[in-house]
Amino acid sequence: MTISDVSPRPADAGAPRPPLLEVTGLTKHFPITRGVLRRQIGAVKAVDGIDFTVAAGETLGLVGESGCGKTTTGRMLTRLEEPTGGRIVFDGRDITHLSVARMRPLRRDVQMVFQDPYSSLNPRHTVGTIVGAPYRLQSVKTEHGTKRAVQDLLERVGLSPEHYNRYPHEFSGGQRQRIGIARALALRPKLIVADEPVSALDVSIQAQVINLLEDLQDEFGLTYVVIAHDLSVVRHISDRVAVMYLGHIVEIGPRQAVYEKPQHPYTSALLSAVPVPDVTRRDNRERIRLQGDPPSPIDPPPACPFHTRCWKAQEVCRTVTPPLVEFAPGQRAACHFPENAPDGPYEPGTDSIVAPAS
Amino acid sequence: MNRPVEEWASLVPMEDDAPTAFLDVRDLRIHFPTDDGLVKSVDGLSFTLERGRTLGIVGESGSGKSVTSLGILGLHKGQHARISGQVWLDGEELVGASPEHVRRLRGKKMAMIFQDPLSAMHPFYKVGDQIVEAYRVHNEVSKKQARKHAIDMLGRVGIPQPSERVDDYPHQFSGGMRQRAMIAMALSCDPELLIADEPTTALDVTVQAQILDLVRELQSEFNSAVMVITHDLGVVAELADDILVMYAGKAVEQGSARELFTAAEHPYTWGLLSSMPRLDRDRQDRLVPIAGSPPSLINVPEGCAFHPRCRFCELSAPRSLTEVPVMTETSPGHRVACHLEPAERRRLWAEEVQPLL
Ligand SMILES: Nc1ncnc2c1ncn2[C@@H]1O[C@H](COP(=O)(O)OP(=O)(O)OP(=O)(O)O)[C@@H](O)[C@H]1O
Ligand SMILES: Nc1ncnc2c1ncn2[C@@H]1O[C@H](COP(=O)(O)OP(=O)(O)OP(=O)(O)O)[C@@H](O)[C@H]1O
Ligand code: SF4
Ligand code: SF4
Ligand SMILES: [Mg+2]
Ligand SMILES: [Mg+2]
Repeated sequence: MTISDVSPRPADAGAPRPPLLEVTGLTKHFPITRGVLRRQIGAVKAVDGIDFTVAAGETLGLVGESGCGKTTTGRMLTRLEEPTGGRIVFDGRDITHLSVARMRPLRRDVQMVFQDPYSSLNPRHTVGTIVGAPYRLQSVKTEHGTKRAVQDLLERVGLSPEHYNRYPHEFSGGQRQRIGIARALALRPKLIVADEPVSALDVSIQAQVINLLEDLQDEFGLTYVVIAHDLSVVRHISDRVAVMYLGHIVEIGPRQAVYEKPQHPYTSALLSAVPVPDVTRRDNRERIRLQGDPPSPIDPPPACPFHTRCWKAQEVCRTVTPPLVEFAPGQRAACHFPENAPDGPYEPGTDSIVAPAS
Repeated sequence: MNRPVEEWASLVPMEDDAPTAFLDVRDLRIHFPTDDGLVKSVDGLSFTLERGRTLGIVGESGSGKSVTSLGILGLHKGQHARISGQVWLDGEELVGASPEHVRRLRGKKMAMIFQDPLSAMHPFYKVGDQIVEAYRVHNEVSKKQARKHAIDMLGRVGIPQPSERVDDYPHQFSGGMRQRAMIAMALSCDPELLIADEPTTALDVTVQAQILDLVRELQSEFNSAVMVITHDLGVVAELADDILVMYAGKAVEQGSARELFTAAEHPYTWGLLSSMPRLDRDRQDRLVPIAGSPPSLINVPEGCAFHPRCRFCELSAPRSLTEVPVMTETSPGHRVACHLEPAERRRLWAEEVQPLL
């Protein structure tokens, strides 16, 4: 393959940009089978119909309960997992069900940094081979040879060129995570889905990597979907934030709105549980402790998925599914009794960025 | 390297008397020979931990935190690692003990929550069966009772429908669920020493709060000693009584959690505190990492290993370039390895570091 095979990039910068990524009704159900005949007896509803868009050059943060479907969403976006339903449009093309062969030219544009730096690196390959693989797979020529390019990348993510010939087991968790980041950056993709890219790093390297991701974004207009549990990191890097619960997006909006005026009770619970690096506040913090067990995605509760643990739940929450409603410009949440909207839903006017869900 | 061993002698009181602390690590060194040279992952580390207390270990990624904990559990034995120093646990020395003996201590006497869930979970066995097996090694109970205990533990770490999911294989769990299953396994025998290596980084904050509560419960119920390794300074601030800061295989600062957050004295600790984004502060435009790259553990910088990256190197030169600083008490229970005068460090903290946090 040569560079000219890559689909042409839209040139008209002045026109209103179509989103780089547009996701509608995205769904993934993992079948549960029993017995020798592998008869399907149910499904894990890992992702259950989510909608969102990401504009070119933007960072969307994806947060939520462990097991709520974030990784599965990321794997569908990068076509590592086949969606059960819904649509993924990337750069104007429907890639929902592209075959591996048809997807190959797009692989260059869409990369993933994996959550688990231990299982995502081949233990039998050296770091040089791992980080250089994208160049070889896509037959990309680099100016001073692959080795130089790889060593440059290693330095940019805070590793040293002497690591080129070492094997993954010789690295600490944080070092492995940086190898994964270097690999994803190799081909300067348009979209990077980063699953917990910095959680294994100490705060100083974390700051370096975050600054690096931001610099690359400014320099090359990269677009990020960043999955993370650390809400301070998410606030720092995201333009918009989506909060997931049990396979659904329960709130999505501009960073500041979501952090300062969360609408969904689950968002409030998350924000209140963030551990604060302040020993003097250890004993007098108010934290919302969620009651009850997280429900199972095999048998999710009807109507509002959060009602089994919500301290505000009423009868209507158990019977009527709350729609995603716009409460402030671009901020939508799915709750009958939102946290910060005493005057009812926001009426979209001329300053509306995103149309409310119909 | 040509560093005389005597230099380390002053770091720890090297008396040969049996220690009184529950866990007493003395001058631990763990080195790995590689093609490029000797990797000094842990290089003269000493600390103590009492029952009922929690020690938080923070530090550079790659500074030897996980290698230290694997060393305490005797999990480098049989590998090509070179280990020296002493690890005293409840009056018994473990570095010189037989691998067989140390293996029997794992589970009940000491247990570990691994940073890497896959190394603790076998991919081909059901999650529940693995917990059952770990439990039955130290408890004479029937399979049925052990299974009930496993389901109970999975429930306590917040796995939904534990009685169904107990029969899942690890790959059917999300990252955070695998982490929790491993926590359930480590806690199933109520260990006296719990080493938790990044126990909650894969978990959302509400589950994290639940796990931290569980660790506190274990501690108050069984008076366990807990060593928690984490990059999340918020978790440390919430859980730890004392904090140990590591850099390049060595301790550079140790003290009470309160002291380290309100009166830190080592420039590396200052760098950590300045790097993190904080939800309890306004959002900064740009984060402030420590300049430079982590040191090579093969050619560790001469003198103070942190000197190539230290903002205050000039103030402590030329000693910082030639002489390894040793851990010295600066106030009761607070030790620092830095050549700057204590008064100078306190001034820098108060004038240049703390105001920007
Ligand atoms: N291959 C699979 N087979 C069956 N169930 C699966 C599979 N992969 C994921 N799941 C289930 O789908 C749900 C969502 O998993 P996913 O990994 O997307 O969660 P997550 O939001 O990334 O969680 P975490 O924050 O813990 O990483 C979980 O209940 C998980 O058990
Ligand atoms: N088997 C090995 N062979 C060679 N070097 C090793 C080996 N195991 C670990 N190391 C090196 O030892 C150093 C310490 O590793 P360790 O895993 O203890 O770091 P860590 O402090 O736990 O870091 P992190 O916070 O990123 O998990 C690293 O530089 C690593 O590359
Ligand atoms: S709809 Fe009801 S149960 Fe659901 S989050 Fe809102 S108040 Fe809670
Ligand atoms: S000894 Fe010098 S170089 Fe090392 S931390 Fe102290 S001031 Fe910095
Ligand atoms: Mg995940
Ligand atoms: Mg580690």
